[in-house]
Amino acid sequence: MQPFSHRPVVFLKENTMSYHITIDGEHFNCPKGQTVLIAMRTLGVDCLPVGCCAGGCGVCKVIVLEGDYATKVMSRAKVSIEDEAKGIALACRILPESDLTICRVKD
Amino acid sequence: MRKGVIRPGHIQLRVMDMEEALKHYRDLIGLIEVNRDDKGRVYLKGWTEVDKYSLVLVESDTPGLDFIGFKVLNDDVLNGLKNDLIEYGCEVSEFPAGELDSCGRRVSFVAPSGHTFELFADKEQTGKWGLADINPDPWPLNLTGMKAERFDHCLLMGPNVPATQALFEQVLGFGLSEQVVAPDNTVVAAFMSCSLKAHDIAFVDCPDPGKLHHVSFLLETWQDLLKAADLLTMTETTKDVGPTRHGLTSGQTIYFFDPSGNRNEVFCGGDYYYPDHPPVTWKAEDLGKAIFYHELYIHPTYLEVLT
Repeated sequence: MQPFSHRPVVFLKENTMSYHITIDGEHFNCPKGQTVLIAMRTLGVDCLPVGCCAGGCGVCKVIVLEGDYATKVMSRAKVSIEDEAKGIALACRILPESDLTICRVKD
Repeated sequence: MRKGVIRPGHIQLRVMDMEEALKHYRDLIGLIEVNRDDKGRVYLKGWTEVDKYSLVLVESDTPGLDFIGFKVLNDDVLNGLKNDLIEYGCEVSEFPAGELDSCGRRVSFVAPSGHTFELFADKEQTGKWGLADINPDPWPLNLTGMKAERFDHCLLMGPNVPATQALFEQVLGFGLSEQVVAPDNTVVAAFMSCSLKAHDIAFVDCPDPGKLHHVSFLLETWQDLLKAADLLTMTETTKDVGPTRHGLTSGQTIYFFDPSGNRNEVFCGGDYYYPDHPPVTWKAEDLGKAIFYHELYIHPTYLEVLT
């Protein structure tokens, strides 16, 4: 017997602008206006740990290798000004403005 | 033996956006905003609390815990405990009356876990919110959100749990109500009470000092918890775990996050504690059952997601 897939069936809203996200070789689409981590969780993809989803705990730390994005406020204890300039961010605070290529950063 | 510490009095929490935080603590959890000061701090309380406030929010670029204050019986007790802390070897400092709104002088010290605590004897008492002093109704009109009754306790994470437990027992007169014990008999979690409650403060071992695991607010019933969970979905608030039951304290619970990532709990029910009770013991091997009695396991980030 085939094991059940743990990924839920997800229907994307039609006509929603979305960006293609690649994290360590896994792919999914992130609707415009949604953060990378919430899009990942909604689609049942499991390539980053999900923590507070509010920029505080830092478990979803990544580096963006390619693409444009904005960030919501993040704890300075987790992402310094220097880190931010290098493309380090928390996935729960990244709002894509183009397709993104991302790598997980483990502290 | 009790030493005159009577209850958790206040907690100062750092948040990254004050207006977002107020939508969460005031409008969603249902605390009452009572004041703002010239340092930008906002003061809130649960409606059943007699003192003027119990939660102080302060804006910062780093979320987390600044300090927890315990109220003591009177000024003589405060002076006595200050001396006892110094004799025990703690570094003690003092804040003058009025540094926190409507609060008397505060004696501050850092526990071996890395958390800052303070003791105070006086704070303005404004009474239960919305209720008359004479012939009070059972609850006030115009509460919002989860209608939280009071700030109840915190769970803090850091190193040196046994030394922190010893300080709270020997100097501050807390009792150990429940504990989690590792196979080598070291205490890795200490739930401590200065009252009849199952816990007024809890410490869990982790290498990083001074971490906040959660701040907890009391609701009345299990049905209130279910409606609180509904409100989390309605407001798109990130839920962590629950509604479910704890093994430890046997309280019923939901965990969720504030907009800066500080973990909150709303809970109801659970055990009680008298000073002559021996501690309830849980084995660290059975931590899943101890923390989430129905799920029987702890999801991987539960003990890692801290502020």
